[in-house]
Amino acid sequence: MSCYLIGNARPEGGDPADLLVTDGTVTAVGAPGSLQVPEDAEVIDASGLIALPGLVDMHTHLREPGREDAETVQTGTRAAARGGFTAVFAMANSNPVADTAGVVEQVWQLGRDAGWTDVHPVGAVTVGLEGTRLSEIRAMAESRAAVRMFSDDGKCVHDPVLMRRALEYVKAFDGIIAQHAQEPRLTEGAQMNEGAVSADLGLTGWPAVAEEAIIARDVLLAQHVGSRLHICHLSTEGSVEIVRWAKSRGVYVTAEVTPHHLMLTDELVRTFDPVYKVNPPLRTDADVQALRRAVAEGTIDVVGTDHAPHTAEDKECEWSCAAHGMTGLETALSVVQLSLVDTGLIGWDRVAQIMSHRPAGILGLTDQGQPLRPGSVANLVLWDPAGATPVDPATHASKGRNSPYRGMTLPGSVRATFYRGHPVVRDGELATPLGR
Amino acid sequence: MKHLLSTSELSHADAVQILDTADQMAAVSSRAVKKLPALRGRTVVNLFFEDSTRTRISFETAAKRLSADVINFSAKGSSVSKGESLKDTAQTLMAMSADAVVIRHPSSGAPQQLADSGWIDAAVVNAGDGKHAHPTQALLDAMTLRRVRSRATGVASTGMDLEGMHVVIVGDVLHSRVARSNVWLLTTLGARVTLVAPPTLVPVATDNWPCEVSYDLDAVLSEAPDAVMMLRLQRERMNAAFFPSEAEYTRGWGLTAQRVQRLEAVGAPTVFMHPGPMNRGLEISSEAADSPRSTVLEQVANGVSVRMAVLFLLLSGDESSPNPSEN
Repeated sequence: MSCYLIGNARPEGGDPADLLVTDGTVTAVGAPGSLQVPEDAEVIDASGLIALPGLVDMHTHLREPGREDAETVQTGTRAAARGGFTAVFAMANSNPVADTAGVVEQVWQLGRDAGWTDVHPVGAVTVGLEGTRLSEIRAMAESRAAVRMFSDDGKCVHDPVLMRRALEYVKAFDGIIAQHAQEPRLTEGAQMNEGAVSADLGLTGWPAVAEEAIIARDVLLAQHVGSRLHICHLSTEGSVEIVRWAKSRGVYVTAEVTPHHLMLTDELVRTFDPVYKVNPPLRTDADVQALRRAVAEGTIDVVGTDHAPHTAEDKECEWSCAAHGMTGLETALSVVQLSLVDTGLIGWDRVAQIMSHRPAGILGLTDQGQPLRPGSVANLVLWDPAGATPVDPATHASKGRNSPYRGMTLPGSVRATFYRGHPVVRDGELATPLGR
Repeated sequence: MKHLLSTSELSHADAVQILDTADQMAAVSSRAVKKLPALRGRTVVNLFFEDSTRTRISFETAAKRLSADVINFSAKGSSVSKGESLKDTAQTLMAMSADAVVIRHPSSGAPQQLADSGWIDAAVVNAGDGKHAHPTQALLDAMTLRRVRSRATGVASTGMDLEGMHVVIVGDVLHSRVARSNVWLLTTLGARVTLVAPPTLVPVATDNWPCEVSYDLDAVLSEAPDAVMMLRLQRERMNAAFFPSEAEYTRGWGLTAQRVQRLEAVGAPTVFMHPGPMNRGLEISSEAADSPRSTVLEQVANGVSVRMAVLFLLLSGDESSPNPSEN
């Protein structure tokens, strides 16, 4: 039997309370000092800390199988735990691609064996992410991994007929298609956001319309066939307007934004440092402000990290041959605090929504994203909003060193992460994984 | 100035100093013994990831006239095609104690990465990177324009800028590092710059650029500008639907015989510039290329002088005169 008393924490930023965690479940919540505490309970002083439900990342690249030099399920979930996540969704662009029941079960099992967070594989929509025929979606749904989200992330399902069929097909088991919205012809050779900075730098532009045109098409398709659509990593003001319009028409569309698109702009590309090369590209300050407002007003449903670790070889090279992507699991909550909370746009209750309740709800997870009350599975993170996180990628649990925040000091810090009642992070450091 | 990466970072004073130095270098090149001892014992590496015989031999000539040792390192395709990385190449050059690296690269930003990386100690000279910048080309164009003005006014070029000159740059601005570098340098020196191109070959957001943009070459030429600079058109652009046909491009945006005749008829002062190599009959007619108004060969000669000036100023590390009279 394990028992922890988390004393004097502020659940979702509310009034201080004590939480009793017994054998993986929240068993009691009450005013500080009011709970009956078993003698063998370990007491954790959480004064000044905010308790959030364990974070759920709808968008992670764990790179295994295939690119274990960049990340593994083990290192990626350690990074997730350090960032306060208790569940991650592993995107399908591994090698081999996660387009069969065999691959998704492998990733799912690796996650269970690692024991740092839940790992939910995402299935590929099309075989090999090639955009030509549907992968065996139902087999993945019925596998032990019980896949519900399908995405060709990294590539766009650009064929409108194939997209329509995918949206329809997953209705059989309440699945959801997560679209990486990028019109391929409009982005051939694209290197960065198309605008004033790309004009100066002579890098091939990646127009906002390439994202917005696909989103506009897909919300109409989703409405036509009555299916659920999730838009990965919105990055433009125009995308926000289309999603807002679609929601007002009753389309079941959900939208995600990454932490980096809430903070960084394409002005950083002037350094030509490939750490800032990412897909979708960093956009303008007007886009950043629009994305922040969209989270506050609810047009954007979730924050997903798009954690994309890469080896040094894939980043220490010329801009045009560097890989797209940046790490994000270990800095996500800090960036959310900086861009949304410290700016007064949202409170911690909304942070709990966008980073835990809502992603768990979209994916139908019953044991994640639950409110911090008796009976809930004890997935939670203790966050010090007055703390500071100096970003030194060399100290990250992720194998990726490609953090765009390196050298910065970001606000807040994870003090502890409880995964199914077990402290996988304590005192801000990785502790032990959950044994099963 | 430790490196020369782009013209947008050059101040008016920097630019005039480089041009004044280049004028002094030009005097050296016109002598029987075309050599200065200024960079004796220094090593200049021409690191070319992209073929460009003209630019390479121009830099090579410049370095040799300053008595530097020159190493030509042709690395075409090696980095971009995932062979040796830029980092390893740079560190190899550092191990050979290069004092300056002249880099031509198909990827925008590679020279800046080299300069900022800490991989290398040497001065970095951008000899053209992707579609980004080609600062020595812009400097040789500015030197040419200054000499044009000097001849027209009878005033010595030393200390002169381009205040009030009207320069028209015509063609594929979207893909042109020459146009980008000239927009910044020529306007820093006081010139008025007008870009003329079909709308498909202009970047979508040039609002911050200190120049005008027009789609109508005849309207702009009717203002009798001081110079019209024709950009080289890559023939493969036609396949990407930037314009319907070469003939239509030439009719709309080529410096045709008819346009030359119209300028002659009104007695315009306009000189014809081209960075080379020219596509005769496409962006420039033979009538224009071979006209007395053409500065194409003068540009080539000025290229050596400007590159001598840049290498001298970067490697001599102070603002002293090269003092060619004391050879």
